[in-house]
Amino acid sequence: MGVMALPQVAPVEVPEIEEAPADDRPWVTVVWDDPVNLMSYVTWVFQKLFGYSKERAEQLMLDVHTKGRAVVSSGARERMEMDANQLHGYGLWATVDRA
Amino acid sequence: MFRRNGSQCVATFANDEVRVLRKVAGEVVGLLTDGMDHTDPVVSRLFPDIYPDRPDDSAEFRLYTEGELKTGKIDQAGAILAALPDEGEGEVRLDGEAAEAWLRAINDARLAMGTRLDITAETDLSEELELAVVRDPSSSRVFQLSVYAYLGYLQESLLNALPEID
Repeated sequence: MGVMALPQVAPVEVPEIEEAPADDRPWVTVVWDDPVNLMSYVTWVFQKLFGYSKERAEQLMLDVHTKGRAVVSSGARERMEMDANQLHGYGLWATVDRA
Repeated sequence: MFRRNGSQCVATFANDEVRVLRKVAGEVVGLLTDGMDHTDPVVSRLFPDIYPDRPDDSAEFRLYTEGELKTGKIDQAGAILAALPDEGEGEVRLDGEAAEAWLRAINDARLAMGTRLDITAETDLSEELELAVVRDPSSSRVFQLSVYAYLGYLQESLLNALPEID
């Protein structure tokens, strides 16, 4: 694709965005690939724990399997910690990180 | 192996299967109750660091959550022991809740065994088993690998016997 010339317009005043309080910034729960967990089991856990549809759960499982890791949920830090902790209860290898 | 019967998942286990399942579930309970050693790779696999790059945050989180996580894992292994016949062959019938506990407990047992057996993404289980048999058919590795493979089939059969979620 070529580069389009930018139309000459007056710069718009951008209101300063207040930074969200630290605790509200999004975090993510990451599930890592592991050689033991069955693909069908991982899919079942995603359906069961997050209420994801079978299609979405399978896609996430395949992402974990082929890319080595996948973000399975995002939101407030405490919520992600809870998700990861529950995933540990199911034996999945989960960590929490900033989005 | 499990099959669906009405709202239950049902399996008939032979004598040997009952013995192996009791042993495996008992070993998981033992691992979790005998003052866990966090340098043991099995323990770090069952209780992973939640923040891999921040050991202090991980340790703090662990302080508040590990007890409950551990109790949950002991309870789910206990669900296997509770449903099995005391000895000899027998039928096991699981409702939805018990089936979930079994799935999670079988998974913990597979994680523990898989870690001890150095199972990696490249491991071909039947090849591994053949190799071990050639080296020494009576070795504990042959037994462990067979049990590990068996638990995988059992878990898969239970997943297939579950009612569809949705």
